[in-house]
Amino acid sequence: MAQQDISKHRFTDGKLNLRRFHQARWDEPIIFELSCEGQRGILVPEVEDEIRNEVGDILATLPETMRRKQPPRLPELSQPQVLRHYVRLSQENLGTDLNVDVGQGTCTMKYSPKINDQLANLPKLAELHPLQDEETVQGILEILYRFEQILKEISGMDRFSLQPAAGSAAIYANASIIRAYHESRGEADQRDEVITTIFSHPSNAACAQTAGFKVITLYPDEDGYPDLDALKAAVSERTAGLMITNPEDTGIFNPKIEEFVKVVHDAGGLCSYDQANANGILGITRARDAGFDLCHFNLHKTFSSPHGCGGPGGGASGVTEELARFLPVPVIEFDGGKYYLDYDRPDSIGKLRPFYGYVPVVLRAYAWVMSLGAEGLREVAEIAVLNNNYLLKKMLEIPGVSAPYAKGKRRIEQVRYSWEELTRETGVHSEEIGLRAADFGVHYWTSHHPWIVPEPCTLEPTESYSKDELDEYAAILAHVAEEARTNPELVKTAPHNSTIHTIDHTPLDDPSQWAMTWRAYLRKVRQEAK
Amino acid sequence: MNEKHPTVYPYIPNSVPAVKEQMLKEVGAESVEDFYEDVPEKLRLKENMNLPRPLSSEYALKRHVEGILAKNKTCQEYLSFLGAGCYQHHVPAVCDEVNRRGEFLTAYAGEPYDDHGRFHALFEYASMMGELLNMDVVNVPTYDGFQAAATSLRMATRITGRREVLIAKITSADLLSKIRDYCKPEIEIKLIGYDSETGQLDLDALEAEISDKTAAVYFENPSYLGFIETRGDEISKIAHGHGAICIVGADPISLGVLTPPADYGADIVCGDIQPLGMHMQFGGGQAGYIATRDEEKYVMEYPSRLFGIAPTSVEGEYGFGDVAYERTSFAVREEGKEWVGTAAALWGITAGVYLALMGPQGMVEIGEGIMARSRYAMMQMDKIEGVKAPVFQSPHFKEFVVNFDGTGKTVAEINKALLAREIFGGKDLTEEFPELDNSALYCVTEVRTKDDIDRLVIALKEVVK
Repeated sequence: MAQQDISKHRFTDGKLNLRRFHQARWDEPIIFELSCEGQRGILVPEVEDEIRNEVGDILATLPETMRRKQPPRLPELSQPQVLRHYVRLSQENLGTDLNVDVGQGTCTMKYSPKINDQLANLPKLAELHPLQDEETVQGILEILYRFEQILKEISGMDRFSLQPAAGSAAIYANASIIRAYHESRGEADQRDEVITTIFSHPSNAACAQTAGFKVITLYPDEDGYPDLDALKAAVSERTAGLMITNPEDTGIFNPKIEEFVKVVHDAGGLCSYDQANANGILGITRARDAGFDLCHFNLHKTFSSPHGCGGPGGGASGVTEELARFLPVPVIEFDGGKYYLDYDRPDSIGKLRPFYGYVPVVLRAYAWVMSLGAEGLREVAEIAVLNNNYLLKKMLEIPGVSAPYAKGKRRIEQVRYSWEELTRETGVHSEEIGLRAADFGVHYWTSHHPWIVPEPCTLEPTESYSKDELDEYAAILAHVAEEARTNPELVKTAPHNSTIHTIDHTPLDDPSQWAMTWRAYLRKVRQEAK
Repeated sequence: MNEKHPTVYPYIPNSVPAVKEQMLKEVGAESVEDFYEDVPEKLRLKENMNLPRPLSSEYALKRHVEGILAKNKTCQEYLSFLGAGCYQHHVPAVCDEVNRRGEFLTAYAGEPYDDHGRFHALFEYASMMGELLNMDVVNVPTYDGFQAAATSLRMATRITGRREVLIAKITSADLLSKIRDYCKPEIEIKLIGYDSETGQLDLDALEAEISDKTAAVYFENPSYLGFIETRGDEISKIAHGHGAICIVGADPISLGVLTPPADYGADIVCGDIQPLGMHMQFGGGQAGYIATRDEEKYVMEYPSRLFGIAPTSVEGEYGFGDVAYERTSFAVREEGKEWVGTAAALWGITAGVYLALMGPQGMVEIGEGIMARSRYAMMQMDKIEGVKAPVFQSPHFKEFVVNFDGTGKTVAEINKALLAREIFGGKDLTEEFPELDNSALYCVTEVRTKDDIDRLVIALKEVVK
């Protein structure tokens, strides 16, 4: 057959067709089912004869009660089988490296530069023990120190701790610092309320509660803005602090943020800024300038470290000079000649985590900032916001979707959309639209709970996707919305081109059926005896 | 600043000026300023942030970071006997291969369809940990062993409705610091002493302190100071006798040879999985596990995600999803159990790979090998004049306390002298456990050869002379 113009078939009426995507579907067994008695995946270093001769039968030194009777019933596989199993599973996972990952709004799924992974994996970091003598870890301490200086400039805050393991851990740290501050003034018993907003990340409420506070949640005004009057009504002598996100998860920036801070300060509370959504405001506006006492960043979001299927991430807690004495120990200091860890901080809330944080994540964040500089960070923010408003325009061209609140206004770096109109028309729900979108090779996310916006969908394009890729994403959702009208069953039974088919969730909420391990499954579902 | 700046950034596709212009035009904006209309003028940064000059080329960046890191001396270059919660074990190549795959490394929170692989791999991680621990429920990893212990204690107070916990005094000071902060709102902590000869938990003291107010008894096995607590069954019996929950912190790499805590009565087992395939990374390899029996009253108190197996519409196809999601802060904000968020999933996947590679035989051999090497190290060190190893007369796993009182030198002096010989001596315990006088915590894993240990002993002999 003669060569033909293949490319023309990729277009219809001059527009690029959607991908004929199909995700890998390996129908992979559970690893225990691959087991074959006697196989080995790796051999461990042998104990030298001299040692054996000297120590004798070492297991005989254990009392009977402490000597394991049967080896653990782990699967037995050769090395290539283990590798193939996990590589297959990896192919059934849609990393940001593969897809136009604008669908996981609030998660800031930006490009994680490969060079930064390479640097983080170098033995000069990977093979460092955290308790080595300081003189042998000057390099990594320097990176931690330098990155703290960078965050100070980005936020306007005076000190940072890089110890929190992730964003929520940093929110918790800030809640604990707020508690310590009021304790130091003898007001801890009185000040037992933290105020947040419903469009702030749920961890602001949950972490405050964990730290012992009662939580007051403010709902937005009619335009979707945080309600200043509601705040004024909520504050009192019991107010310990305000813990909020801005821009909120709707993508709306609170224009009265300074007044919010003032109202809480006037009531004697502290203000903590959840900067999980900082990507669109880097170099534009800073936490301290709005009067905040504390803030936190997510290094795996704004600062590009990869998300790792849900961690390790990185959190950074920033505070004013007044609150610096409460930060977790140790902090990193520089005396002009060397870097060192300072544990001598009697007012500290103590340890949040072993050692100093997810250091490879910090290193990646440092490298990312160093590759961009101040102008580059501002370019990140501006393009992220441009991309978001471009996608907003494309989305609003799809019949059945809306962007509730702040009508006619722009958004910062994400938008919470609503498919309410489409659902009313077709009976197809937001989650179903998302599962059908997966058939075209992209992620999609609804919203945190509760769903204040009906049939929600949250998109955050970041700076990492091209105009064509944003067009592709919008075209996928437009196509799915059209299918909802013409063939709703196709959407409701999706996904069709994914790794697996529709999951029956019933057992997951039924204590008599749920199984979090294979052994529990064998016992409860297959009713096999141990 | 007159130097030329790049206007196009490789990580930012739409930084091409013409594309930017076109997009602005399409959305009907004059400039990006239009998008920031809600940010009050007063709060706007008027000039560029004062940040270091960028290293725009990938090569310059690499040179810069490598140049800083070059100042470090690693445990590959120096001989290390440090442990105390972070351990130099061999990391199988396949562990690195799997966790560096972009499909896993760069994924996050997709659905159990498009991200089926992570659900499947984490279910298997929990399943293999379940075999190691002889327990039916294991969480998707939390941040680290500290968080796992602190959460286990708070789970116990919620389950029992009691406020007091008893914790073995031989516990890391850092962990106690974490627990004191984390449990402050609702928990009172009492420490239980130990037998100075053996290190074993003082059961008389435990009996004296425990009451119907006690929510939980927490101890570690192997203990923080490396010896094996041999009366776990008696401790759990005392706890249960007062309606308290028995929580055991356990190093998972010990469980090929040591009895899993569930078998001597532990109700909650927790710890850190860093030993199972994570590089030390200056403490960046930590991740926490929590395990319990499959009882609703325990399951419903986990803050973490729990992945369960479920059927799909196709026969014989495995699906997965969140178990009892309504208990989490994702579902019900402050009404949830503590909170859930980004934690350490990739390290969970990696630990699963590790256990799959090791298999039952590998876990037995590594446990036995570690015990033999550390025993050999103790025997050789104890022969040095003025040195006592181990301090506690109990069986040990991979760590042990060495006392230097008889040498007339402090641990700090000895460690400095060892450092000059490119050896990292054990962790100085003089501040953490002043009652042990001039002692250090040494760690010997399967990566230490006889020659390594002999080199330490020779160096110590010179140093303490």
